[in-house]
Amino acid sequence: MLSYIMSRLVALGLSLAFASIVIFVMIEMVPGDPAAFMLGLNAAPDTVAALRAELGLGGSPVERYLRWISGMVRGDFGISYTYQVPVAELVAARLMVSLPLAVMALLLSTLIALPVGLYAASHRGRAGDWSVMGITQLGIAIPNFWFAMILVVIFAIQLGWFSAGGFPGWEAGIAACLKALTLPALALALPQASILARVMRSAVLEVLGQDYIRTARAKGLSRRRTLTDHAFRNALIPVLTIIGLQFSFLIAGAIIIENVFFLPGLGRLVFQGITQRDLIVVESVVMLLVFAVILVNFLVDIAYGIADPRLRRR
Amino acid sequence: MISIRTGTGWGTLALAAAMSASAALAAQTSITVGMQLEPPNLDPTGGAAAAIDEVVYANVFEGLTRYRADGSVAPALARSWTISDDGLVYTFTLHDGVTFHDGTAMNADDVKFSLDRARAEDSTNAQKRLFTGIASVDVVDPLNVRITLSNPDGGFITNLAWGDAVIVAPESIGDAKTAPVGTGPFTMARWVQGDRVELARNPNYWGDPVALEKATFKFISDPTAAFAAMMAGDIDAFPVYPAPENLPQFEADPRFRVIVGSTEGETILSTNNKAETLSDIRVRQAIAHAIDRQAIIDGAMFGFGTPIGTHFAPHHPDYVDLTGGSAHDPDLARALLKEAGAENITLSLKLPPPSYARRGGEIIAAQLREVGIKSEIENLEWAQWLEQVFRGKDYDLTIVSHTEPMDIGIYANPDYYFQYDSAEFQSLMTDLKLATNPADRTRILQAAQRRIADDYVNGYLFQLARTGVANARIAGLWENAPTQANDLTGVRWTD
Repeated sequence: MLSYIMSRLVALGLSLAFASIVIFVMIEMVPGDPAAFMLGLNAAPDTVAALRAELGLGGSPVERYLRWISGMVRGDFGISYTYQVPVAELVAARLMVSLPLAVMALLLSTLIALPVGLYAASHRGRAGDWSVMGITQLGIAIPNFWFAMILVVIFAIQLGWFSAGGFPGWEAGIAACLKALTLPALALALPQASILARVMRSAVLEVLGQDYIRTARAKGLSRRRTLTDHAFRNALIPVLTIIGLQFSFLIAGAIIIENVFFLPGLGRLVFQGITQRDLIVVESVVMLLVFAVILVNFLVDIAYGIADPRLRRR
Repeated sequence: MISIRTGTGWGTLALAAAMSASAALAAQTSITVGMQLEPPNLDPTGGAAAAIDEVVYANVFEGLTRYRADGSVAPALARSWTISDDGLVYTFTLHDGVTFHDGTAMNADDVKFSLDRARAEDSTNAQKRLFTGIASVDVVDPLNVRITLSNPDGGFITNLAWGDAVIVAPESIGDAKTAPVGTGPFTMARWVQGDRVELARNPNYWGDPVALEKATFKFISDPTAAFAAMMAGDIDAFPVYPAPENLPQFEADPRFRVIVGSTEGETILSTNNKAETLSDIRVRQAIAHAIDRQAIIDGAMFGFGTPIGTHFAPHHPDYVDLTGGSAHDPDLARALLKEAGAENITLSLKLPPPSYARRGGEIIAAQLREVGIKSEIENLEWAQWLEQVFRGKDYDLTIVSHTEPMDIGIYANPDYYFQYDSAEFQSLMTDLKLATNPADRTRILQAAQRRIADDYVNGYLFQLARTGVANARIAGLWENAPTQANDLTGVRWTD
């Protein structure tokens, strides 16, 4: 087991090093000087040079790469060029929005998808199944930003139940924040729930074809008990895999929804960083996301190793 | 029992509702202002982003002089000043008893610090050229400061009204990027990065007290989201509203008022005067005659904008209407191209992100095609545009709005991205610097406008309009934008 973990750790380290080089090179190649961008059209060249020096943009690319990496290792993500505050602070503040939003969207989608998928599977081929399949097809097809705008028009403009967007900040109280996140979470959850419900349905159908289900029914267990006790739990494995994938997508990929609801989330931070050439923010956030994904994969690998002893010997 | 409980419940609710309603009616003293872009930081002396001034100008920071809503320049921290006969020495008398938000006194030392810092060797002031004419700043006594120029400069008082020339304190400037400390009627309360900046009334303000107790600037980049936020009442005013196509809808709604004003933004088809074919004045003249300004204003700006024939704001008293010299005339354009031997040319047209450029670019490309000029449109991000077009001068044509007030002086710099090198124009600008008599200044400014129009330096399109939306009960918002600012000092709610 130990050598298995060691080999996984080496793979983790190599992936991180490789990713950091790719990210750095890509960002180096992007044209545009952050200092020139900040100072605008009327700045004198010597002013731009002074700002470049102040931002630490001097030195060769190799030097800057090493400076960036050694800072990262020590937990220092650098200072944002434009905001002039530590990147770690910015990221932490944005995660306070992105993380709850992702959790809410995931909870919503799971709570909707699992019963719906189970229902569709148990009514296979009948009207209930057909309508679930039709509605989820629609849910996948509808772009989530369009759905978001429809939610805004109905619930914010017409009914006035919610704000059209924005985030009050956690010190305004949990209720106010959850309220501000409700519409965006709904908009994010719809396509995810549609996908998840379909996965759930086919996973349950597959389990329902297994021998042990027939045995359970044969020994006299009711249809409902068979479904909840045996089929549901066994179908959860592929569903959990999908939920895991969806979570990382929701954290980094909610940018369009963040724009529609003008939420200060992580996606918008990266987007702003790119347009304003706040390269240090882009580098650090992308690297952080890569690290998170690689770490999750590492943990999953370890979990597989625990669950399946055959993997350890490879 | 149950019915009694329900009864009190409703009663309490109704009472609470009535109380909050009456509180709202008493006097509304807070405002939420929408802006499309978030300022990268809040130090107007260390960045060019218009969004910085749009939050802090006149609200948090003040200079010796300031712009008023009508574009005139008025005294601010300086109560009065005298100018020596040779136009070189300015002596400013400051208001007494002015303090910064941190409680420290504002005096002549702070003025000297601010101006010396802006013109220093390692200054990162985006408008450093405003201060390069200063030879020395001397403290006479705490309330008097003497500024000596190396050459007379008739525009010096105006220069000091810019957001880049505000007075800051050495004690607090280190944190100004996130925690600005000025002398203005509002203090910085909170900045939720990515979402909003909150300002609170400064109880110790030296000047006339302001009506608002709290002002929030909220940043909404998406035009559709901006529309929804206005409609839902989350935003009280959006002074530079990003989607002109929605304005008729707001106009028809009695809850809102549409504010149409002018800006200092001359929107031009910038031309690389050193590019191969474009160095021929006949080609540039042909382009000017190929352009139909009104079609661009209607098509790209939904009718908002004033045609211009030179690089000067039409609302300025010294403006000369020169649009006739470059009237829409495709036949003349074709003839000029033929004469120049420049038929079937292809030009690059590099467009930055704003919609005036992207939409206007499509229309201009079509108009140029009409006279036989092919254009290759390339859409650029701002940073790319600065790199390639502005710094690299690797372009033939581009569309940009030059938003600085009174910036005709850029034509005197042969290294500017137009690459226009005219000794005659340059000497006009030297004369202007020396002229302090208003009549002389008018004469020179008008000659300068004619010079660049006659040389067809750029295609002059229109003065960018400022189209905003506000709750109909809000009074005192700026209509025009003599400088990029959201001055809230005169804003109040009416009933």
